[in-house]
Amino acid sequence: MSARTNILNKLRTSLAGTKPRPDEFDESLVTGPWRYPPEERVARLRELMEAVHTEVHQTRQNDWPVLVAELLAKREITNLLYAPATPHGGQLASAWKDGTRKPELRVYDRPIEEWKVGLFNDVQASLTGTTGGIAATGSLVLWPDRNEPRLMSLVPPVHIALLKASGIHDNWYDMMTAQNWSAGLPTNVLLVSGPSKTADIEQVLAYGAHGPKELIVLILEDV
Amino acid sequence: MNQRIPVTELASDFKGRAREALADSQLRSNFRTAMDSLMRKRADAFSDEDEREGLRELGNHIRARSLSNLPDLLEQLETRLTANGIKVHWAETVEEANEIVHGLIEAHDGRQVVKGKSMVSEEMEMNDYLADRDIECLESDMGEYIVQLDNEKPSHIIMPAIHKNARQVSALFNEKLGEHVSEDVDELIQTGRRILRRKFLEADVGVSGVNFAIAETGTLLLVENEGNGRMSTTSPPVHIAVTGIEKVVSNLRDVVPLVSLLTRSALGQPITTYVNLISGPRKPDELDGPEEVHLVLLDNGRTGAFADAQMRQTLNCIRCGACMNHCPVYTRVGGHTYGEVYPGPIGKIVTPHMVGLDKVPDHPSASSLCGACGEVCPVKIPIPELLQRLRQENVQAPGHEPVSVKGAGSKYSRKELLMWRAWVMLNTRPAFYKLFLWGATRFRALAPKKAGPWTENHSAPVPAARSLHDLARDHLKNSSIRRERL
Repeated sequence: MSARTNILNKLRTSLAGTKPRPDEFDESLVTGPWRYPPEERVARLRELMEAVHTEVHQTRQNDWPVLVAELLAKREITNLLYAPATPHGGQLASAWKDGTRKPELRVYDRPIEEWKVGLFNDVQASLTGTTGGIAATGSLVLWPDRNEPRLMSLVPPVHIALLKASGIHDNWYDMMTAQNWSAGLPTNVLLVSGPSKTADIEQVLAYGAHGPKELIVLILEDV
Repeated sequence: MNQRIPVTELASDFKGRAREALADSQLRSNFRTAMDSLMRKRADAFSDEDEREGLRELGNHIRARSLSNLPDLLEQLETRLTANGIKVHWAETVEEANEIVHGLIEAHDGRQVVKGKSMVSEEMEMNDYLADRDIECLESDMGEYIVQLDNEKPSHIIMPAIHKNARQVSALFNEKLGEHVSEDVDELIQTGRRILRRKFLEADVGVSGVNFAIAETGTLLLVENEGNGRMSTTSPPVHIAVTGIEKVVSNLRDVVPLVSLLTRSALGQPITTYVNLISGPRKPDELDGPEEVHLVLLDNGRTGAFADAQMRQTLNCIRCGACMNHCPVYTRVGGHTYGEVYPGPIGKIVTPHMVGLDKVPDHPSASSLCGACGEVCPVKIPIPELLQRLRQENVQAPGHEPVSVKGAGSKYSRKELLMWRAWVMLNTRPAFYKLFLWGATRFRALAPKKAGPWTENHSAPVPAARSLHDLARDHLKNSSIRRERL
C-alpha cells in the first residue's frame, strides 16, 4: 500500500464516528481591532514601515519620477531595473528623457536563466508597482508577473515600490475579501513589510540579510 | 563539510546534558538574555488582552476544525496543488521523505541544494542524508547557517543560534571561513549575505518548509524576515517544500489570524518582513520562479498522535516557539539539552510520537508544570495537561492496552508502583494513617538518611516530633477552653 493510502486510512480510522467541526470563523476578531478612518491609513502604514527601517515618501502622480532620480543620485546608484510595459514604467522612461544625466535603465525582459549572474551581481536598484497596501501591519502587497517578475523585488540591494494611497486597505482580511483572493491566486503573492532583516545573532537587529538592504516606498497621494 | 560532530551531546541523557548546561554560565546568560527579550516583545505585541484572547480562541478553533477534517483537507489540498501544477508526494517515515527528496534532486543532476529554514527537514536530518550522497545542502537562514557551520543542531526552533553570542560567531567565521575577527553584528551578517548570495545564484534545487498549506486555493504559505525563504523558493530551477501532514488549513482567510498569532507570539512582530504565498511553478509566460514545485507531506509519528483525541491537540502547533521562550526549564538548560529536533515544552509533547517515549523518558518530567507554556500558546494547546498524560503513559505497566504512545511504559517500576499503592492505602484508611503517624513521630530518629535523588542536593526530611493532627487537636482544645471562660 502506498504511503498516501496508509496515512489517509490511519487518519480516517482515528476520526471514525466523529463529524468535522462547523466553521465558526468570527471575522470581527481579525477586522474589528484593525479599522482606521481613511485619513489615518497612510499615517498608520507609514509609522509601521518606518519602524522597520523603510524609507517612505508621500508624493504625487506627476512628481514621483523626479523623486526617484533624486533618491538614486543621492545613493550614487548607476542603474535601475524597471518594467517599461507597465504604466508607471512608461512614465519613468519618458521622465528619464529630460536630457539630464540619469542612471541607466535596465529591463527584465528575458528568462532569468539568460542573465542570472547579471541580475545578482550588477543590478543596483529596482522599481516596481504594488497591488496595494495593508495599514494594520504596514505591508505592501505584490503580485509579481511577467513585467515585474518575482526576483525583481528581491535581488537588487535597493527596492523602490510605488503605492497608491487609494490602494491601502485597513487589514489583510478586508483586502483579500475585496479582491476575492479565494477564487484563485497567481503563482506568487507577497506581503512585504520592510527591507530584509535578521536578529539571529544575539537578537541584534541587522538589516540587509538576504533580500534588499533598503526598501523605499513612494506613496502616491491620489485620494 | 556537512558531517555533524555532535559537540553538545557529550552526555548521553537529558539529566547529564542538563547538568553540563547548568554549569555553563555563558550559555545560561545567552539564553536568559534572549528569552527575557522575546517575552517582553511578545507582551508588547499583545498589549490588548481581550484582543489577544479572542484571537487565541479563533486560532484554536481553526486548528481544531482543520484537524477534525484532516484527511479530506489533505485530499483537497492535493487536488488543488496538482491543478496548480505542484506535485504532491507522501511519506510515512523520514527515510521515505529523504528518498523522495534525493530522487527529485538526482532527476535534475543536482549537486548543490540551498535550504530555507525548515524544522521538518531537521526531523529528516536531510543535510546529512544528502551529504552522504555527495550533495551539498546548505542552510541559508543566518542562524541555521551558523549552526551548520559549527556542526551543531539548532537550539531553538525560531532562533537556531541563540545559544551563541557575537564573539562566538565571529570566532567561528574566522576559523571556518577565514574571515577577520569582528564582533559587529552587521558585519557578521554581511559576511553571511555575501557567501550565501553566491549559493542562491548557483544552487540547482531550493528546499523550504511550509508554515501553512491552504486547501482552498492550493497555496503554500511561508513567513520569514531574511529573504532567504524567497530566494530558496524562487531562484533555483526546482523547489521542494517539505512539511508535516498537520499543516493544512481549509481556507485562505484562516491564515489571517494564524499568521498574526505566529509572528506576534514568536518575535513580537505585527508581521514578518515577508509573507510568501506560492501557488504554482513558473507559468509559460513568466520569466522566473522554479520550473518545478514539489510538496512532500510527512507523517513521522503524526498519525500516532492523531489517533488519540487528547494527544491530537499536539498537532495544533504552529511552531512559534513562545512556549520555550516562557519556559523556566528551557531558559536554564537551553535547547541542546533536549537532544532532539524540537526542544522545550512543545518538543516534550511532540517528540514522543516521533521517536518513542522510551527514547525521551525524562522529557515529560523536565517541567515544573508552572503552566506558562499553555498560557502563552497561540493555539491553546494544553501543554501541561499533555505532559501529565505523558507522565502517566511513561509508567504504564507492561501489557497495558491500548498503547496510545509509542514506547510507553519505559519508566515503569514495580517498586514505585507498590510504593504508590501503599501511599494510597495509608491516605484512604484513617486507622492506618493514625498508626503511621504514631510510628513516624515516635521513631523519627530512624528516618532514612538517604532518600534517592532528593538527598543528592538536599538534606534528608525528618518527621517532626508531633504531627499536624496532634498540634491541631491541642489548639482546638485550648481555644474551646478559652470560649468556655468567655
